[in-house]
Amino acid sequence: MSILGTRVLRTEDPGFLTTGAVYTEDVQDERLAGACYVHFVRSTVAHARIGGIDTSAAKDAPGVVAVYTGEDLAAAGIAPVRPMMPNMNQQMLQPLLATDTVRFVGEPVAAVVTEEMYQGEDAIELVDVDYDILPAVATMHQAVSGERGLLFPAAETNVVCTYGDASAASPDLFAGCDVVVSQVIQNQRVAPAPMESRSGAAAWGEDGRLTAWIPNQGAQGTKGALMGMLGLKPDQVRVITPDVGGAFGAKFGADSEHAVICWIAKQLGRPARWSETRNENLLVMPHGRAQEQKITIGGTKDGTVLAYRLEILQDCGAYPKAGAFLPSLTRLMTPGPYNIPRAESFSTSVATNTTPVGAYRGAGRPEAAAAIDRAMDLFADAAGADPAEVRRKNLLPKFTEPHKTAFGAVYDSGDYVTALEKALAAAGYDGLLAEQAKRRENGDTLQLGIGLSSYVEITGPGGEAGGPNENSTVEVHPDGTATILTGTSPHGQGHQTVWAMLASEELGIPIEKITVKWGDTDLVPRGGGTGGSRSLQLGGAAVQQASRELLDVARERAAATLEASPADLVFDTAASAFTVKGDPDVAVPLSSLAESERLFVHTVFTAPGPTFPFGSHVAVVEVDIETGKVFLRRLVTVDDAGTVMNPLLAEGQRHGGIAQGAAQAFLEEVVFDDDGNALTATFADYPFASATELPSFELVNMETPTSYNPLGAKGIGEAGSIGSTPAVQNAVIDAVSYLGVTHIDMPTSPQRVWRAIRAANGSAANGSKEA
Amino acid sequence: MIPASFDYEVADSAAHALSLLAEHGEDAKLLAGGHSLLPMMKVRLAQPAVLVDIARVGELSGIRRDGDELVIGATTRHADVAGSDVVRAEAPLLAYAAAQVGDPQIRHRGTIGGSLAHADPAADLPMTLLALGGSVEISGPGGVRVVSADDFFAGPFETALSPDELLSAVRVPRGGDVPWGYQKFVRRANDWAIVGVAAYDGRVALANMGGTPLRAHAVEEALRNGASAAEAAAHAADGTSPGYDIHADVEYRKHLARVLTRRALEGKTG
Amino acid sequence: MEVKLTVNGTTRSDEVEPRLLLIHYLREVCGLRAANVGCDTTSCGACTVLVDGESVKSCTVLAVQASGRSVTTAEGLVAEDGTMSAVQQAFRENHGLQCGFCTPGMVMAATSLLAENPDPTEQEVREGLEGNFCRCTGYHNIVRAVLAAAGKLSGAEASSEVNA
Repeated sequence: MSILGTRVLRTEDPGFLTTGAVYTEDVQDERLAGACYVHFVRSTVAHARIGGIDTSAAKDAPGVVAVYTGEDLAAAGIAPVRPMMPNMNQQMLQPLLATDTVRFVGEPVAAVVTEEMYQGEDAIELVDVDYDILPAVATMHQAVSGERGLLFPAAETNVVCTYGDASAASPDLFAGCDVVVSQVIQNQRVAPAPMESRSGAAAWGEDGRLTAWIPNQGAQGTKGALMGMLGLKPDQVRVITPDVGGAFGAKFGADSEHAVICWIAKQLGRPARWSETRNENLLVMPHGRAQEQKITIGGTKDGTVLAYRLEILQDCGAYPKAGAFLPSLTRLMTPGPYNIPRAESFSTSVATNTTPVGAYRGAGRPEAAAAIDRAMDLFADAAGADPAEVRRKNLLPKFTEPHKTAFGAVYDSGDYVTALEKALAAAGYDGLLAEQAKRRENGDTLQLGIGLSSYVEITGPGGEAGGPNENSTVEVHPDGTATILTGTSPHGQGHQTVWAMLASEELGIPIEKITVKWGDTDLVPRGGGTGGSRSLQLGGAAVQQASRELLDVARERAAATLEASPADLVFDTAASAFTVKGDPDVAVPLSSLAESERLFVHTVFTAPGPTFPFGSHVAVVEVDIETGKVFLRRLVTVDDAGTVMNPLLAEGQRHGGIAQGAAQAFLEEVVFDDDGNALTATFADYPFASATELPSFELVNMETPTSYNPLGAKGIGEAGSIGSTPAVQNAVIDAVSYLGVTHIDMPTSPQRVWRAIRAANGSAANGSKEA
Repeated sequence: MIPASFDYEVADSAAHALSLLAEHGEDAKLLAGGHSLLPMMKVRLAQPAVLVDIARVGELSGIRRDGDELVIGATTRHADVAGSDVVRAEAPLLAYAAAQVGDPQIRHRGTIGGSLAHADPAADLPMTLLALGGSVEISGPGGVRVVSADDFFAGPFETALSPDELLSAVRVPRGGDVPWGYQKFVRRANDWAIVGVAAYDGRVALANMGGTPLRAHAVEEALRNGASAAEAAAHAADGTSPGYDIHADVEYRKHLARVLTRRALEGKTG
Repeated sequence: MEVKLTVNGTTRSDEVEPRLLLIHYLREVCGLRAANVGCDTTSCGACTVLVDGESVKSCTVLAVQASGRSVTTAEGLVAEDGTMSAVQQAFRENHGLQCGFCTPGMVMAATSLLAENPDPTEQEVREGLEGNFCRCTGYHNIVRAVLAAAGKLSGAEASSEVNA
């Protein structure tokens, strides 16, 4: 019986539940014996020139070993970090510790090293930084207008990069449209806020090599980042990845603090450790989303969409990071799953005196989905049509051969209408409409809102030369155990269990006897890490491929042992042994073939391209129309990511994504004031959802395989967060549409909802849903 | 998130605690559950040189009847106030309010005296004591004095307590049948109230509508003049000075005060 | 100063700074690192342990305040023969954890919740866990795990899937 597709419990869990996983802060290693502790002094202002840094009092404080500033790093030849892509303005340099200018609240300015952990927080208070305050470019519009000046005078602009050519916008895009609707909408800044904040530990060996323990999403990329920041060669650096307490896109590569503690360890000739506080995490870990979008959609009165334009303004924060590039993914996914004859999009990414913006679950694609699905509802409203009907009408019909969009995305397989129908049926759409009508008639205080989304997204995008790929090594040992090395980097996804399942399926070795390793660059020198929902379709496929190739190698050895032809051998998976056709008494256990010579295969699996999971969400909310408070009651989802290897884990990925996406719609928001001060930099202020704010979710199963890998699997990790955000936002607006409300920006906080109701003045709804 | 260093003393009686306060003056703070003080110390908004731990002083905890009042020792935990059969039967508004403070872990540590002495204008218990028309017993070098809730809250995080005094007990009226209502408007479950309202026997108190919990005098007067809940509640924001923050501006807070006051007067909890 | 308390059944005596937080005492002095620090504002509950059987956020308790008390951590829920507690077992069976960072705190909070309310409704579980944040699971399977531990779920309801 196949283990694939079954609900296998995670092998990670017993340890996680009892002694706890071993995160970077937990690591006890002899190489870290005698470690000192690093704490950072951080800017308290958003934009200023540094007049001077007085470290004398700190240096005299109890337990202080050393204090370092940007000057020390510069003197040591440590260069600032350049923006990661050539199209980004290369004058926007980020020193590891600020030198002459600070550009966001929280930017590290000095590093204080102490003997004991507790002494660090005392000592950083004693560092005196003299700031000459500059005007803060607090918003994207201020960045564009230049009214607050420039973050980087040498750049001569606050524009980081652009995608698409706004000047090439077609003036006739909406020709022939009876109905055209335009709206400026916010895809607001949110904080990834994994439960494990950032940390690191570094030690240099007598061999001159650096070993760095850093929570990350790909040790190989982290190693590359450290090499770049510190000017080190590959053989000088080893990155070890302990257990990681969540990442969501924000733990790729390495941050300046990671490089600084590695450098400090070298300076002092002793290991160094660092852990940030949650406040630092919410101030400094790259934020997500932060797009302002102007959506314009047009079509005919009968509900057919003819044209769509998406104009994007992307906030990059103070230093260009992945966030600057994400609008290119938003553009790629502009039309979503819809058949839109004419569509265009452009983007401008700008720097502001705020926290840098990076990748966050979905990374550019949720923004596209939120825009097109908000546009669909606006169009439906204006055309007087039911939002479900408009979607049905405009979704691309089912396709099994790859479908290329005008934006260059090649969707591998899709059945969007079926996903929508399944979601609507599971939600009981007609019944919900009836309930909504009844409450409206009764004038209930708690009104019902129903919101839809239909989405498609790109996973496993690659960018590697030769196409998206991942490597794996599978080895069988004489004692009957096996080891898998993978280039993926799990942080909660359960690769240890699923990769073992994949190998077990091929090799007949029980999963308890299979060890999966990742994240140590000495063991696994190459790998793409875990992000972009790539791991199963590339990394898992590589494990399967390596296992199959290992059987080929093993077959040759067995044939030699048995003096038989390889073609006459049968691999009995249940017994994990080769037998001779017609002679079942002769069996050569797979493990025995490892006795005289190691039995392992290293392979690279390459996919023809990225895959495109898709789905539909139906959100049901109640809105208290007196206070504006939103209650999320139901989330019914179809998230089709092809063939499912372990339904238990796939559901968990969907739950987590759905929760984060929903939370963006009605709760979460990072807020800066007009001076660039952070107002939501603690968990008391940042509206992180607790269990009380969310319902149990209703997941509908749908599996449309892809032909791009033998597993038939696409990526599931981000899909939930892409579909739920627009569904919940649309639901809230739907709840009060009968009062004349047509749009409410996210998060649909009580105050925003209340103001929208007041602004609409309770006027009768234009456009109604046909039940 | 580590407090600055301090010295730590354990009081074995109320008198001992008072003598320690007298000895250390303004350098000392009392510690019961620590769930108002320690969070402030961890972000270094408070840096007392000495903490006097009164959590183990038996005479300062417990719930008893005294005539027409319940007397609740200052170091009685929120969980114990919320779970007390006596309080639930005879001062159900207080039991309900105590169950709204923070989350279960916080309620296992935080105390009624600590919360009232901390005097956060957005907190549950200060507003509740005000609505109940309760009072606090304050022990000091001169003996014990009783201060009504109306006179106790002086400003944000400021009360009638002197540095050498100790809030030793809380008094609330017994009244199991008295109509009451409670509204706490939050974005998330364990938040402080964006606006809070407690109603009890014609008294209405508001949280987070000014620097202290406030009596809604105009509402109370309207009720005395025979107004309905809705009519009276229209005056809820009169005389208040709410602040502006990321959750609510002044206008919205005033609106919430009116809506929530009506609901509280209708006997609703939420 | 000296602090004497029982941790997972073992009495110990240690010399500590008054300001040493209980979470750091457990992690650094006792070597019990399952409980984690997740925030600075007593919000997230990743540090939750039991003191005298009741859940507390150990980041907001001084080690010295726990003097004379009995502290239980996730490590201490495991029987001598290595068997996990019913709550731990239910978390495993219901995939109530992904990255695991919130998990020990969540398990302790759930243990305390069920000790006080052995028969909770779903809503009571959600409210009972309001002091514990999770970013990975969306809480869905955590709630299932707690209800399962309370003996409410039958084996047939193994998945959150709806057949449409």
